[in-house]
Amino acid sequence: MRIQRIKTEQNKLQDEAVDLSPLDPLIAQYKGKKGNMIPLLQHTQEHFGYIPHDAFVKLSKETGLKMSDMYGVATFYAQFRLHPVGKHIIKVCHGTACHVQNANSITEALQESLGVKDGETTDDRIFTLESVACLGCCSLAPVLMVSGNTFGKLTKTEAVKIIMDIKIKELTIDNG
Amino acid sequence: MNQIKVIVGLGSCGIAAGANKTYDKLNKLRQAEHLDFELKKTSCIGMCFREPLVEIIDENGSFIYGNIDESKAVELVEKHIRLHEPIKEYVVKSDLFETPDQNFFKDQVKIVLRNCGMIDPESIEEYEGKDGYQSIRKIADEKLERTDVIQTILDSGIRGRGGGGFPTGMKWKFANANKAPEKYIICNADEGDPGAFMDRSVLEGDPHSVLEGMIIGAYAIEATGGVIYCRAEYPLAIKRLNIALEQARVKGYLGKNIFGIEGFNFDIYIKEGAGAFVCGEETALIASVEGERGMPRKRPPFPAESGLWNRPTNINNVETFANIPWIIMNGAAAYKQYGTEKSKGTKVFALAGKINNSGLVEVPMGITIRDIIFKLGGGIPDGKKFKAVQLGGPSGGCIPEYLADTIVDYDSVTATGAIMGSGGMVVMDETTCMVDVARFFLNFTQAESCGKCTFCRIGTKRMLEILTRITEGQGRDGDIAMLEELALQIKNNSLCGLGQTAPNPVLTTLRYFRDEYEAHIHDKRCPAKVCKPLLTYTIDPEKCTGCMVCGKKCPVQAIDGERKLPHFIRQADCIKCGDCYARCKFDAITLY
Repeated sequence: MRIQRIKTEQNKLQDEAVDLSPLDPLIAQYKGKKGNMIPLLQHTQEHFGYIPHDAFVKLSKETGLKMSDMYGVATFYAQFRLHPVGKHIIKVCHGTACHVQNANSITEALQESLGVKDGETTDDRIFTLESVACLGCCSLAPVLMVSGNTFGKLTKTEAVKIIMDIKIKELTIDNG
Repeated sequence: MNQIKVIVGLGSCGIAAGANKTYDKLNKLRQAEHLDFELKKTSCIGMCFREPLVEIIDENGSFIYGNIDESKAVELVEKHIRLHEPIKEYVVKSDLFETPDQNFFKDQVKIVLRNCGMIDPESIEEYEGKDGYQSIRKIADEKLERTDVIQTILDSGIRGRGGGGFPTGMKWKFANANKAPEKYIICNADEGDPGAFMDRSVLEGDPHSVLEGMIIGAYAIEATGGVIYCRAEYPLAIKRLNIALEQARVKGYLGKNIFGIEGFNFDIYIKEGAGAFVCGEETALIASVEGERGMPRKRPPFPAESGLWNRPTNINNVETFANIPWIIMNGAAAYKQYGTEKSKGTKVFALAGKINNSGLVEVPMGITIRDIIFKLGGGIPDGKKFKAVQLGGPSGGCIPEYLADTIVDYDSVTATGAIMGSGGMVVMDETTCMVDVARFFLNFTQAESCGKCTFCRIGTKRMLEILTRITEGQGRDGDIAMLEELALQIKNNSLCGLGQTAPNPVLTTLRYFRDEYEAHIHDKRCPAKVCKPLLTYTIDPEKCTGCMVCGKKCPVQAIDGERKLPHFIRQADCIKCGDCYARCKFDAITLY
């Protein structure tokens, strides 16, 4: 199961230069409020898909929150990502009910089909594959969630098909 | 004549099973064919194994249909809606006749889930139509004092439904006694136990019941502010809560002088969790609301004395709050008639795993586990043998088959070594390896350990290493003794419930399934045939026809043999993928 809070190896995808202006209204809304750190980080991630290092710097400068405190919080909670992710994040549930219904085989099949390991992003930046603890749809085990849609009672073949259908859509959009 | 009502279940489970498509199909047909029926949305009634569910209410009564995909939706429109002919074989529950599935509902008593699947969760008017917010009107009209409210809750005997089982009335009493200019009431909606989804259903299906419970609690303890800490993995619940909060504010149920009670000013905001199981623990939750790392704090002082922002704070679980309005409306005596002497009321369980009828059931305390699994749950699929049931999530334990007559109440369950927990009940059969289950849970708790306490941080890691070695065939003499020693030390030296209960799955599986551990360690064998490195695939030369299919498909070419002669698997090269076993049409490959 995932929950890697600190990535020890260098991520393959480089941190690109990002436009930080969307942070301005956020900072205006939350600056000086008690307990603002987690919502600030959550909204930052909502916008960029992850929290760029430069975002930490800007937030620290303009709100007075310390870098060490922010990194401490960002690395504590599994939700926060410090590296760019794929367009579609595939969450394979590895909760108890899904585990008992062989969720491992779903993750293995997806790893093989996408060519990435758990927690990694595909080179074409379309997918990030994650194992998560429990999505709360236990009666439909095994379950995966991708881009807000939940799919249950999966077999290995069905899981791979769902992902491939998304990939085909993405590639056809690209080629117009 | 009243219009026919067609109600589609759109909780997260329903949507995952395709209920949105069913709803859209019904909507399209209604518009295209100008049919006269009312199409509404509701949430989960707990019958997850039959989703998508559609209820049709006509002049005869109610018919709940199960497994209604788009094509069956068309059939419903043609037969039941147009021709008023119900399709009996699709009906899972009806007032008018018996159905095979009705055992799922028979022994249930719906207090917490009273409105789930019955109302549109995004309509405050429908909630009010079911006596919604009347309990607060009662408090205002009868001029009940805060102490009266607390006494009612105390008398009802309700205990915390999040897993702790502490008497709710006592918690409120302590919080009420501590005076301060600000006081807080928090709803713990960080349902993190894998396999538990009771709170999700209540939040998605009846969010106002939680708000009403919190408002009553706020009155009782004189809280000035409320927080609902909801895990971010429940986006639909958060959306419905936000809608409910806005509706409650518009009606004056939140705000100033609520229901005319002078000086009772209270409002609630939502704080999203960020993916940390430990934040379900109350002091870690408070730290998280304060914007810090979710690390538990020493108690005393307890939150009732010094909690959020160092003010007196009372934290209760979603299910506990959902009970409160019912208790105030119907009285403590009505609640006490359900349950056992020390565990009053009902409990919602999330039945999942190897079970035919998976879903949510609300049963009175005192029912046996066997009845839940075999009567309501419909038993084990594919004729397999029931082996154990895991109660209480990663803090709980595995109760073996021979203890299935244990009744469900806090003390009886604790006596088995498990805990009631929040209500997750995962059923396991003969194909589940109990050592693997213990490893699975420890993997989870080890990753979620916040790291503050040495024994929890390092002890769980060492236990996990030992369990992983055992499941990989590297178990050694002394491993079991070491696991037991570490378990005791971690339990006794951890600050919070996570560390104190993390060893429970290991301890209960050792207590009831020690023979499986010994088979793994000494015989290098997995009796349930789950742990891949311990599996041995062999070809029976008597049955093998030499068709060569397995040899051709073997990914590592570990099978030798000539055409029409018995084949042979080279064990040293076999990667135990099981492909040959799945392919052999002659049953010639055995798995040991």
